[in-house]
Amino acid sequence: MDRLFQAFADATRRDIVRRVTTGEYSVSGLAALYTMSFAAVQKHVAVLERASLVTKEKRGREQIVRANHDGLQKARRLLDEYEVIWRQRSERIADLLAETGPPTTP
Amino acid sequence: MTVISSVKNLEALSLSVVAEFDAGVERVWQIWEDPRQLERWWGPPTWPATFEKHDFVPGGEVTYYMTGPNGEKARGWWRFVAIEAPHRLEFDDGFSDDNGDPVADMGAVRGVVTLEPIGDRTRMTVHSTFEAEEQMEEIVAMGMEEGMKQALGQVDAILAEHANA
Repeated sequence: MDRLFQAFADATRRDIVRRVTTGEYSVSGLAALYTMSFAAVQKHVAVLERASLVTKEKRGREQIVRANHDGLQKARRLLDEYEVIWRQRSERIADLLAETGPPTTP
Repeated sequence: MTVISSVKNLEALSLSVVAEFDAGVERVWQIWEDPRQLERWWGPPTWPATFEKHDFVPGGEVTYYMTGPNGEKARGWWRFVAIEAPHRLEFDDGFSDDNGDPVADMGAVRGVVTLEPIGDRTRMTVHSTFEAEEQMEEIVAMGMEEGMKQALGQVDAILAEHANA
């Protein structure tokens, strides 16, 4: 699964990206916003970090999350989106092949 | 998972996607050769494609349009550069205006499709090379499922807003 695709596929992660682009948040600060555990929020942040959408930095006892603007570089993002198109096409091809089976000659 | 790997080259603006299918090479070739099968998968359900002309020979032309959720039509063209049945296909893919004439300044995407047998299955590699970022944006806007497009567009708008603030 493409990392960016995966990162954006979840509403909480999209919300985290939206929040950290307008300011910095600690992981515990983010956790207070959602009805889920600190560990669950930490996992979402880790997914975003792997997709290079956010960076995480230790400050004292807190972990500060910020948007990673370099990671949102246009060409990369567009290629990622184009990849999603081909993944969706491939799924449709697989469905079509499964449906029609082997060709029959009249 | 149908797609088994993908490789992106940011500098060359190219993408390779490798998929495997439970069908023989001859069968998979038909999804490119037969326009009625092609239109079952080329466009997403929200932008289905209709192929009007599909001259499947080297140098042959294709004209097609995709119909959007509000009935809007986006037209496109292909030109087959090379056809080596049933293993290799090379074509240029671009946009057309409302009269069906190619939009020259949008350029074309060069697609190279290869089909290889793996036992009785098929491995399909699609290598796409873009000419410019702007071109990619247009193609991406039309080729994607509505939900994902909205999700990505939403994040995009927020980032743009923030950059301008």
